[in-house]
Amino acid sequence: MVTIYIDGKPYQVDAGQNLLHICLSMGINLPYFCWHPAMGSVGACRQCAVKQFRDENDTRGRLVMACMTPAVEGLRISVQDPQAVEFRASIIEWLMENHPHDCPVCDEGGECHLQDMTVMTGHTYRHYRWKKRTFRNQNLGPFINHEMNRCIQCYRCVRFYRGFAGGRDFDAFSNHNTVYFGRKTDGVLESEFSGNLVEVCPTGVFTDKTFRKHYTRKWDLQTAPSVCVNCSLGCNTTPGERYGQLRRIRNRYNFNVNGYFLCDRGRYGYEFVNSDRRIRQARLRRNREAAFESVAPDEGLQRIKEIVKKSGRTIGIGSPRASLESNFALRTLVGPEHFFSGATVKDHELVTEAIKILRDIPSSMASLHEVETSDAALVLGEDVNNVAPMAAYALRQSVRCKPQAISQKLKISDWDDTAAREAVQDQKGPLYLATIADTRLDDMATRTFHASPQEIARLGFAVAHQISPTAPQPENLDSAALELSKMIAQDLKDAESPVVVSGCSLEEKSILYAAANVVQALRSIGKPARLFLTLPESNSLGLELLEPGSLNQAFAIAREDNVEAAIILENDLYRRSNPALLEAFFKSIPSVIVLDSLDNPTAQKADVLLPAATFAESDGTLVNNESRAQRYFQVFVPQDDIKESWVWLRAIGDALGQEEPGARKTFDGLIADMVKELPFLAPVQEISPASGFRIAGAKIPRQPHRYSGRTSMHANVSVHEPQPPQDPDSPLSFSMEGFLAEPPIEQPPASLIPEFWAPGWNSIQSLNKFQEEVSGPLIGGDPGKRIILPPDPEQAAYFDEIPEPFASRAGELLLAPLYAIYGSEELSIHTPGEAQLTPPLRLEINPRDAQQFNLTGETVLQVSVDSQVFELPLHISASIPEGTAGMICGLPEMPYVALPAWGKVTPKPVNSSTENPG
Amino acid sequence: MIISALISVWNVFKHLFKKRVTIQYPEERPYLAPRWRGRIILSRDPNGEERCVACYLCAVACPVDCISLQATEDEHGRRYPEWFRINFSRCIFCGLCEEACPTYAIQLTPDFEMCEYDRQNLVYEKEDLLIDGQGKYHGYNFYRVAGVAIGGKDKGESENEDAPIDLRSLLP
Repeated sequence: MVTIYIDGKPYQVDAGQNLLHICLSMGINLPYFCWHPAMGSVGACRQCAVKQFRDENDTRGRLVMACMTPAVEGLRISVQDPQAVEFRASIIEWLMENHPHDCPVCDEGGECHLQDMTVMTGHTYRHYRWKKRTFRNQNLGPFINHEMNRCIQCYRCVRFYRGFAGGRDFDAFSNHNTVYFGRKTDGVLESEFSGNLVEVCPTGVFTDKTFRKHYTRKWDLQTAPSVCVNCSLGCNTTPGERYGQLRRIRNRYNFNVNGYFLCDRGRYGYEFVNSDRRIRQARLRRNREAAFESVAPDEGLQRIKEIVKKSGRTIGIGSPRASLESNFALRTLVGPEHFFSGATVKDHELVTEAIKILRDIPSSMASLHEVETSDAALVLGEDVNNVAPMAAYALRQSVRCKPQAISQKLKISDWDDTAAREAVQDQKGPLYLATIADTRLDDMATRTFHASPQEIARLGFAVAHQISPTAPQPENLDSAALELSKMIAQDLKDAESPVVVSGCSLEEKSILYAAANVVQALRSIGKPARLFLTLPESNSLGLELLEPGSLNQAFAIAREDNVEAAIILENDLYRRSNPALLEAFFKSIPSVIVLDSLDNPTAQKADVLLPAATFAESDGTLVNNESRAQRYFQVFVPQDDIKESWVWLRAIGDALGQEEPGARKTFDGLIADMVKELPFLAPVQEISPASGFRIAGAKIPRQPHRYSGRTSMHANVSVHEPQPPQDPDSPLSFSMEGFLAEPPIEQPPASLIPEFWAPGWNSIQSLNKFQEEVSGPLIGGDPGKRIILPPDPEQAAYFDEIPEPFASRAGELLLAPLYAIYGSEELSIHTPGEAQLTPPLRLEINPRDAQQFNLTGETVLQVSVDSQVFELPLHISASIPEGTAGMICGLPEMPYVALPAWGKVTPKPVNSSTENPG
Repeated sequence: MIISALISVWNVFKHLFKKRVTIQYPEERPYLAPRWRGRIILSRDPNGEERCVACYLCAVACPVDCISLQATEDEHGRRYPEWFRINFSRCIFCGLCEEACPTYAIQLTPDFEMCEYDRQNLVYEKEDLLIDGQGKYHGYNFYRVAGVAIGGKDKGESENEDAPIDLRSLLP
């Protein structure tokens, strides 16, 4: 800590930190463009000039760039100095020379960093009288709109896209005052983090194209804190609603989880909420052949009451994409012994195993932030770019940690981005990727290892054994894998905070065991190693924590025990199980009750269908891959008869006359019940204040204080304004009235801030007013609490279930699951842009196998696996290991098949005469 | 005391011979200046196209929140309101919407005769608001000065704009 003087006032600050970072952290407004809290300084825009004085007698001083000046003991600067103020105003005037007269039609307007900074510097009048420079725009795909005229050449976009997100297809072109940011030619931006350009760009060059289709200003969006439902990482988001429609998703900073960025699947995967396929009314039918008829909610409940009362037994099938509370409500309704996991049988087993592993080493679970700051990483099995994209982003940053030693030796601060990168050049920290096929992270990897799931697990076991000889050793490891395992072990041992990233995506238990062994081995030699496991879905962990039975057990009970009714919660079982099994299951159950938000094949089997709310229309808790329970709040009240699943389930309980203490119908009551029954879930109660929480006697408004159209938006229906909806479940209100936050002086707890906004800071950059320090935790602690907590139990034994070496079979290929960022996830595919980028169905085969099976380029293949036969076009891919084949799972046209599995592959017979058995 | 009362009586008496201020409305029409703040209209630009670009500034400026709209775009990227609604039963005719409007689209007119028996009829939609002319402000066309391209106006064709940069050029 050193003492510096800003405008004569002493401040205690971190030595060596740059002055811009310090000023913003201290709450002093200083304009900037090229600096970004996550990307450091480059000193390009000259906007953050302050005056530095030699000592207290120096009255002349000199202008320096705050972002490039480190703090040293006794430093004296002035932000308010008239010369510095004038300098900053003139800089922005120069930057604005060519800025078009676009604000009224610019999507950034109202949340524009350039607007904010212009107001902050006091620049009001443009002296420039000559012609403005113009550019042509590019079509950058379905997510990003390009309007190059607005550019102020701060270089943030290209620094983020190439330097941080690792994209290759975007750059700065041309020269002098005609620098152009874009692609070589029009086309979809390849990076899965391209959506962050919208937030990184300080002005309106890059704007959200999906938002543009139903554009609303930031001040008109009703927002609430939320959590992304499109993968297991639980990135924090801020969804915005207007006129009953979800309009967009923005990043919501959480120091431990996603920081400043989101992936495109999460950012754009919201449009299913507005889908035409939403179930909006309760529907009934007399029998499975009859058509559905929409009924009033009470009639639906009455029918359920009749069904459940009449029947001896009701089973409940939960869902890994429904909230903890909804799953618990179902569990309570049907009883724990009749509550089954709605995940696939394999996912159920794997996640249960993952929980066991995590419970063995709670203190070594990595958060996403810890992955980002680790200096060596081993990825076992996961194609993180497609399964949990933000983990790929974190790994990309992690390779920059170790080489920091080089720049630090040259006394270059870590925030001095260009200098540090120049010093480091192409040096990268250790990152080892063991995956089925190539991934989009391969360019960062020290070494890649493409092999079958078993071989990946064996490599992991070998690494663990190399680190600590007490760990079991795989037999008959081939020499290449042995060499690699030695190299990996050495790098992990040399690291200060190594991380092992693994997960469930290859559906192979032994990979989890191998990852656990590596971490255990590193811990046994005193390394603070961490484990990061990705899971299949947003609440996979939460669901399995409730200890449900497996889906197969549900099928068995249905077959044998004359179950009368099944309640299926937010789950399309056709994505989870073999269609033949499901047909038998539905046939064996007289009454099927389905609660879901989107029409799907399971909903088509229902006898009673209840419209369930999506994440944006409900309150709930999701438990992410590191067991962090995070609350998402209802953003808006849905129209029609849509209700939160737990509300439906409570109502069914009421109709059945289950013992109901009054408090139980509220959200708080439900959580209290849950904690009472499962005490280890106690942190769920603490992640956010209860619904009775008030600040100065007022609720926290979801609408900004300048929300418009209140007396007009419903006037077409009736000129008499309706009462705003009440929210009994949270301290937030559906109103613009209530506690007016005045950051950083007074603001709600971090878990209850509907939207980051501060006076003078309308853009996402207002975040600095809500953080303890720039890019540090939010004031009062980041929302979310881990459920699996230290202390660690005694050191668990090593796993020794080492799989046999992979042996290819004659005439068969091991079909392994591949994933697509757009397509493998159930909900985000309903965004038209994501559907457009979904890869086609195909079977990826190694060229040598293709040769052996006599397969060539354009063939359509018949794949028979697990008594199902599919037709898939052939795709020859050199990175798929011999003897295996890759199949992208989860695509909407593809029926469920449990992978990995051995399958027979033959070319589709064009006609009987040319049949060519494989 | 009495004197002051008498003065008042005298002053009142004098008014018998003054010209009357009140007029026989509605037979007689009052003069209303062009800047009088009455019924709100949406105007068109000199080309006869809607001036409103759906920027939401009138809505946010409105102190009683009686304006709501939804932006949309035509196939060439010209933004306009899909619908535009003013609830005149709430409007206080303060004119802040007109001040906020960056395109001279929304204007207050010297017309106040908009009484209704049914409040619901005071809700005006875009088709009720949009007039065929330019209103008080002639000649202004926002899209001629803005940098965005729309149908019939490509990049570099706005006022005070250079032709688009040729990125392949190596000339300094």
